[in-house]
Amino acid sequence: QFILKMAAVQSGQSETEEEKEIQPETSNDGSRTDGRPPAGSPGVPAPSPGAVKPSAPGEEETLRAVLRFLQKNNLSESVEILRREAGLPDEPEDQTGSESSGTGSGGQEAGGGVGDAGSLLSRVSAAPTPAAATVAAPPPPPSKVGAGDDRPDVNVVLSAYSQQGDPVLYDVYYSGLKKFIESVLDCHRAELSQVFYPLFVHMYLELVYNNHEAESKAFFEKFSGDQECYYADDLRILSSLSKKEHMRGNETLLDFRTSKFVLRISRDSYQLLKRHLQERQNNQIWTIIQEHLYIDIFDGMPRSKSQIDAMSGSLAGEAKRDSNKAKVFYGLLKEPEIEVPLDDEDEEVENEEGKPKKKKPKKDSLGNKSKKQDPNAPQQNRIPLPELKDSDKLDKIMNLKEATKRVRLGRDTLPSICFYSFLNAYQGLTAVDFTDDSSLIAGGYADSTVRVWSVTPKKLRRVKSAADLSLIDKESDDVLERIMDEKTASESKILHGHSGPVYGISFSPDRNYLLSCSEDGTVRLWSLQTFTCLVGYKGHNYPVWDTQFSPYGYYFISGGHDRVARLWATDHYQPLRMFAGHLADITCTRFHPNSNYVATGSSDRTIRLWDVLTGNCVRILTGHKGPIHAIAFSPNGKFMASGATDGRVLLWDIGHGIMIGDLKGHTDAIYTLKFSRDGEILASGSMDNTVRLWDAFKAFDELETDDFTATTGHIHLPENSQELLLGTYLTKATPVIHLHFTRRNLLLAAGAYNP
Amino acid sequence: MAEERRPKQCTVVVPTESMKAMAESIGVGQLQEESCVALSDEVSYRIKEIAQDALKFMHHGKRRKLTTSDIDNALKLKNVEPLYGFQSQDFIPFRFASGGGRELHFYEEKEVDLSDIINTPLPRVPLDVSLKAHWLSIDGVQPAIPENPPPAPKEQQKAESTEPLKVVKPGQEEDGIQNKTQGATSAESKGQQLDKGLRLKPRSTHELSVEQQLYYKEITEACVGSCEAKRAEALQSIATDPGLYQMLPRFSTFISEGVRVNVVQNNLALLIYLMRMVKALMDNPTLYLEKYLHELIPAVVTCIVSKQLCLRPDVDNHWALRDFAARLMAQSCKTFSTTTNNIQSRITKTFTKSWLDEKTQWTTRYGCIAGLSELGADVIKTLILPRLTIEGARIRAVMDGPVVSNIDKIGADHVQSLLLKHCASVIAKTRNPPDNVEQYRLDYGYLGPMLCSHVVKARTQAALQAQQVNRTTLTITQPRPTLTVSQSSLGGSGGPRTPSIIKVPSSLTLMSPRPGTPTQPSPPATKYIVMATSSGASSTQQVITLSSSQSGGTSTVQSATSGLQPLVKLESGGGPGLTASRPMQKYIVVSLPSSASLDGKGSGLTAISSSTAQLEAGMKLERSDSPGASTH
Repeated sequence: QFILKMAAVQSGQSETEEEKEIQPETSNDGSRTDGRPPAGSPGVPAPSPGAVKPSAPGEEETLRAVLRFLQKNNLSESVEILRREAGLPDEPEDQTGSESSGTGSGGQEAGGGVGDAGSLLSRVSAAPTPAAATVAAPPPPPSKVGAGDDRPDVNVVLSAYSQQGDPVLYDVYYSGLKKFIESVLDCHRAELSQVFYPLFVHMYLELVYNNHEAESKAFFEKFSGDQECYYADDLRILSSLSKKEHMRGNETLLDFRTSKFVLRISRDSYQLLKRHLQERQNNQIWTIIQEHLYIDIFDGMPRSKSQIDAMSGSLAGEAKRDSNKAKVFYGLLKEPEIEVPLDDEDEEVENEEGKPKKKKPKKDSLGNKSKKQDPNAPQQNRIPLPELKDSDKLDKIMNLKEATKRVRLGRDTLPSICFYSFLNAYQGLTAVDFTDDSSLIAGGYADSTVRVWSVTPKKLRRVKSAADLSLIDKESDDVLERIMDEKTASESKILHGHSGPVYGISFSPDRNYLLSCSEDGTVRLWSLQTFTCLVGYKGHNYPVWDTQFSPYGYYFISGGHDRVARLWATDHYQPLRMFAGHLADITCTRFHPNSNYVATGSSDRTIRLWDVLTGNCVRILTGHKGPIHAIAFSPNGKFMASGATDGRVLLWDIGHGIMIGDLKGHTDAIYTLKFSRDGEILASGSMDNTVRLWDAFKAFDELETDDFTATTGHIHLPENSQELLLGTYLTKATPVIHLHFTRRNLLLAAGAYNP
Repeated sequence: MAEERRPKQCTVVVPTESMKAMAESIGVGQLQEESCVALSDEVSYRIKEIAQDALKFMHHGKRRKLTTSDIDNALKLKNVEPLYGFQSQDFIPFRFASGGGRELHFYEEKEVDLSDIINTPLPRVPLDVSLKAHWLSIDGVQPAIPENPPPAPKEQQKAESTEPLKVVKPGQEEDGIQNKTQGATSAESKGQQLDKGLRLKPRSTHELSVEQQLYYKEITEACVGSCEAKRAEALQSIATDPGLYQMLPRFSTFISEGVRVNVVQNNLALLIYLMRMVKALMDNPTLYLEKYLHELIPAVVTCIVSKQLCLRPDVDNHWALRDFAARLMAQSCKTFSTTTNNIQSRITKTFTKSWLDEKTQWTTRYGCIAGLSELGADVIKTLILPRLTIEGARIRAVMDGPVVSNIDKIGADHVQSLLLKHCASVIAKTRNPPDNVEQYRLDYGYLGPMLCSHVVKARTQAALQAQQVNRTTLTITQPRPTLTVSQSSLGGSGGPRTPSIIKVPSSLTLMSPRPGTPTQPSPPATKYIVMATSSGASSTQQVITLSSSQSGGTSTVQSATSGLQPLVKLESGGGPGLTASRPMQKYIVVSLPSSASLDGKGSGLTAISSSTAQLEAGMKLERSDSPGASTH
């Protein structure tokens, strides 16, 4: 009896507020006025609003709804099974038919509306009371509502956004929630404020979906200003959506519908929100939270505003905590032992220089002989790697020799920067890459050409034609020299083949191949021996934004507008792996130094780390507020840096999957990032015409990741961008689009002079 | 939460009128209003969608500017045929038209004759892409080479001057060096240093390096020295060198002190040199001059309005200095005047006040009027035109009245020509024809009739020319003419120059715009250097010596020495042949009065200014025989 009274009071409140929408019926079944017990399992959203109530009537309601859905789709066997298991009695078929025709997925608005109102009522538990009766309108004919009241149509629930209340009330709901959240304690306010944006979006989309154009416009204008500024881009897209017809084929909208916006909220704050919504009978909002949001509840202190701001900003909210739990083998692979002819000399030099080069991978080749393998490293043969050729070994030896002459960088010894300006690049320079030994530089252009330059005195030569090659004495010592056609020697070569702007290029580690990807949807592999195209990899049907060779060659990764990153091997014309999961264009792709992982940055403002072996997504990193255009791994494989159009560089700990730094300083999009060879300096290049150097050593060194941070993922970022910034170097009018550290730690930068 | 109020985003819709216009253009008439609304909604949405996709291509193309090719690519993404024909890199040449209550933008496509295209010579092949390497930084320090931007950009100079408390991190070069020398390697000591730096107000260092001190010495000496070639180089260095900001306070003091001293000593030449320095400083795009205006502006204003600027006011051409300084003033008003410093209004007030004063001398009066009239047509209209009658009466009092002093007469004469010059063009624009002499006399008093003839002339010229180029601002912002002139006069500085024969493309006649006033019975010959700078071609320099022996009426100044008379004619209005064939040609006329030949100079100026070619009266006074030249 007490419960009944409570419910009556509640419903009375709700009706005064929602009287326009809800036409309280006196014919409502009094037996289900059981109030609202606390919802269980909020982490797992229920498939229907009925499931909010774990009590028996609610469960049964859900089951019936599912049954009806199955029946409608002629899945008779499943119906039988379900019925048997749930112990439900048979239902008359005719009822099903009449209802599904009456309230078909939002197509018929009037029917849907009333049905919905009914279903809402069924949960609001509106028992007739004197208070309600005064405001209650005459009951609508029971024949129309009754059916929906008893068994809510599943279609209404399953088809997104066909939920429909009075459009005028959306405003009331939203402002009510806003008022509530603004009035809660400070510690909860920041957390609960996260709800605003997804709610706003979904409410707006619901209004649009149900053809309330004027109301949706008013709603947008009233509340869009309240949203966090980093959602401005998405809001702009939303604002152009004003008709139901527009919703078909709109990518952003599709993302919102298909993916759940993830929020991390502490248990206390969540309880607060839930209690409020239940007290106010705010079902419209509650439904949205149940259906379209994923609330990741954690125990402990609520997070602060800055903590939340650091992590939010992506298209689909933050990453779920358990999506970053998988183990990542971020260690480096053991370098193969190479008999270095000048080993003694090298060793002497290195011994003299002492320990500090621990981090650089090439030094490890010496250290690894005695050391056991890094426990964080993947197994050597986790993914098959190409065998080293003789030329590769030679190159490694060269690398070792160069490494001994490497400048040790640090706070007090900043690198020199040599800037390569592309002059007269009127057609538009879109991509640049250097070879690892810095002997070649390649540029991709908007006029669909690729140009390769030699930056050493050694000119570029083509291999002789087949007829000429047959004349060569293959036994001679200098056969490699003889096969080159001296007549073709020039400083640069142009590669024609693409039919659209070239957006990404990458040299193979052995300098024999060059990859380029373009707007025409292909990735092309070019030979740097013959300067011809060898393969055109077709698979992406849309522009390919970026591509990169694996650090061990053979594999490469590409990603583009189709939101799928593909892993290829040069000798396969079909991809080996397809990494799907991003909600928007993949804008950049990078290999982990151990070649076992691939990182992709996207316009959905997340970075994902994929396991090459399994194809799983092992990390989802959120925090950027704009499309990510640059990713770099530290040479030891432990850390990652990423830069976006918002002008910020974020640092990540791959092992724990958490953000560990936020470098502010750039004023425009960052297009390139690079760690120095020993990982002590991070260089970033941007559209604001600057190269900036950051103290990566300090950023990573001061890091203490306690267990708490590691498990919860709650980060406290120190505000030390200014301390970490070691230098800003302004060019005259050249956006910096590529950076590269030579083996001796000289920084090379490139960009097109653009006065 | 609400950090910024964004403008309404969802209301931007293509107007329905456009829908109608487009429908009509493809032959669909009588489109229903509802259909128009529906269409415009749909079209707006699709356009926004395409624009958003195009932005993606812009970002990946690493550009800041959206191009037509981005739109094409976005259309391709949607499987729509791209728009062909829009290839322009910079802008789409839409034109605007209105009529019949309708406004529209359209793409103008001209009919092109194929044979024209075939017959035109091929354009030059554009330069191929090339690589150029330079050092952006050497061990963390950015070297000062031409490939790198100037050490302290304007914004930083501004930040330093406006927010001295803010710690600027100028590339951390100084920091890096200090740390290296001090050997502060540990992070703690570094941190302490930083903390200290944050707390203390950074003292602004004005210490110059030895090289900078040498440079400063050389430059200042050259600027006021006797060697014209050196001066030209020095001025060019001031006008173009990107790294001068450290020396700026010294230059500024040098100029203001120099003007102070030399005004007292009436050293006209030095004042001119200093003004040229001011101009060079203002021409330098890398300097943030706002900080030093308090020193520069008084100096410039002094040179405009000072009672006496030279030893012999009746002979020396201090008028040119006043004109030049007035132009400088106008330029700085244009560039530096803001709502907070109110330079323009303050300057205007100063000029007006002293002009209105009855006791003001003619020299100052001239300066005030020159300063005001350089500020633009609006100032002339509101401040000068209403006072023309009063001023005219004053001039008549001097001209027609008893001879008080020659100096007053000359002054009045100059003021008169100045007023005529500036007011005529403004009146021509504001006043409607017909130009009735009597009406003018009624409106403007004594100056009326002369003004009338000037206005008539101005009108005919305006009709001739399609566009009027603002002569003063255009020429003054170009540093080159002045420099070349001064270089050209190098030869003349040694001794008397032998006049050379001018090779002017067409004959030029120098018109005297007003009745000759034979105040000086036999004025000595005035030297003119005429420079023809045609675009692309190498400039030719000529020296004309004009004997300004004017005959009455609108006489042609015989613009050559007696022997060369038939060869040189400066023609007012510029023959059609001249304007048609060499529209870019510039003539810079520099007068070299060996004695007071003010008439010739004045009339020459007026004639030139009203001619079609761009002419500039240079500042350089070459006085090989005057004592001023030997003083420095």
